[in-house]
Amino acid sequence: MASRPRVRVPKTASAGDVIDIKTLISHQMESGQRKDADGNTIPRQIINSFTCEFNGQVVFACDIQPAVSANPYMEFKAKVNESGTFKFTWVDDDGSVYETEEQIEVS
Amino acid sequence: MRTPGILAAAALALAMGATSLVFAEPADEELVIDGEIEMQTRVEAAEDHPFDEVISGWHYRTEETRALEADSFANPGMLYVEEGEEIWNTVEGSQGKSCASCHDDAAESMAGVGASYPKWNEEAGKPFNIELQINACREQNMGAEPYKFDAPQQKALTTFIKHQSLGEPVDIDLEAGEMQSWWDRGEDLYYTRTGQLDLACATCHEGYNGQYIRADHLSQGNANGFPTYRLKQANMVSLHNRFRGCIRDTRAEFPDAFSDELMALEVYVTWRGEGLSVETPAVRQ
Repeated sequence: MASRPRVRVPKTASAGDVIDIKTLISHQMESGQRKDADGNTIPRQIINSFTCEFNGQVVFACDIQPAVSANPYMEFKAKVNESGTFKFTWVDDDGSVYETEEQIEVS
Repeated sequence: MRTPGILAAAALALAMGATSLVFAEPADEELVIDGEIEMQTRVEAAEDHPFDEVISGWHYRTEETRALEADSFANPGMLYVEEGEEIWNTVEGSQGKSCASCHDDAAESMAGVGASYPKWNEEAGKPFNIELQINACREQNMGAEPYKFDAPQQKALTTFIKHQSLGEPVDIDLEAGEMQSWWDRGEDLYYTRTGQLDLACATCHEGYNGQYIRADHLSQGNANGFPTYRLKQANMVSLHNRFRGCIRDTRAEFPDAFSDELMALEVYVTWRGEGLSVETPAVRQ
């Protein structure tokens, strides 16, 4: 059902900069409220949490609820003081975990 | 004695308020994708065109929706472009071929294709759009099953192929084969009122574009952004799906996708948007 994540992080920054991070993942975010043609409830399957870590430290995390629309897009800011790796993690209701990483060079 | 004056002023204010509620001009702004690709979204119409100016549906959308299309990262339609690229490179069918086996790099081989379809197909004796061309290729060259109408793969691959013409002006060849007679038929359909609501395409998109139909802001109904990412469906919407939806909303019986009627309509409606940049995947409400 899912999902290739897309993230956009600047390649370089100066120490102390506040950078914009954008993330998008394709997922149909089945809310559990819909019924199929035969009247049976379509089971809920959503991405229920998202985490962004920088060099092992959480910089942004949230739980996601069924009202969030398909293909959730998230944009947030982070202050960077050193070079390192952003790690992004999405957790699916079915237990799948989607991960991706981006490097940033801080001078 | 002063009361009537105040009443009249109040009535005028009400009337003006109501007018501004039901009418909204297309936004006066320029669409530049990722700050790089300058799009033609307002062009002077050809002499024989019913409008003076051809305007992309992008101008009729809200600020937030317009911003989504201007940023290829935020544009959810780009997910389907990526999916289409995977399909492009996937081997299927009895001949052991993918699209790329013959067409190689789509960025080169498919450049401009999306801007020039629908195109006359001599063998079939009718105009082909991208979807029909894909299916013909799958059957004749790949030995694969043709896609059913609006199969997710059909939408993704069509989106990917049209996206290779992003920014190119729509320009179809009406001289080829019998394209002109299909255009004529499409024009007839465009101006023919149908359904219990007795509406033609032209009733809304020519007579009332810029105004609201219920909560929806009517555009000129151009085809240059299709397949379009529609926020309402949270998915790609193909042109024939949109045609059918519109006709259904007039409470008429609606023709099959890729039927002669809808292919004629596609030829005509695409012509109406000539000069506009291909926006696939456009983002709409």
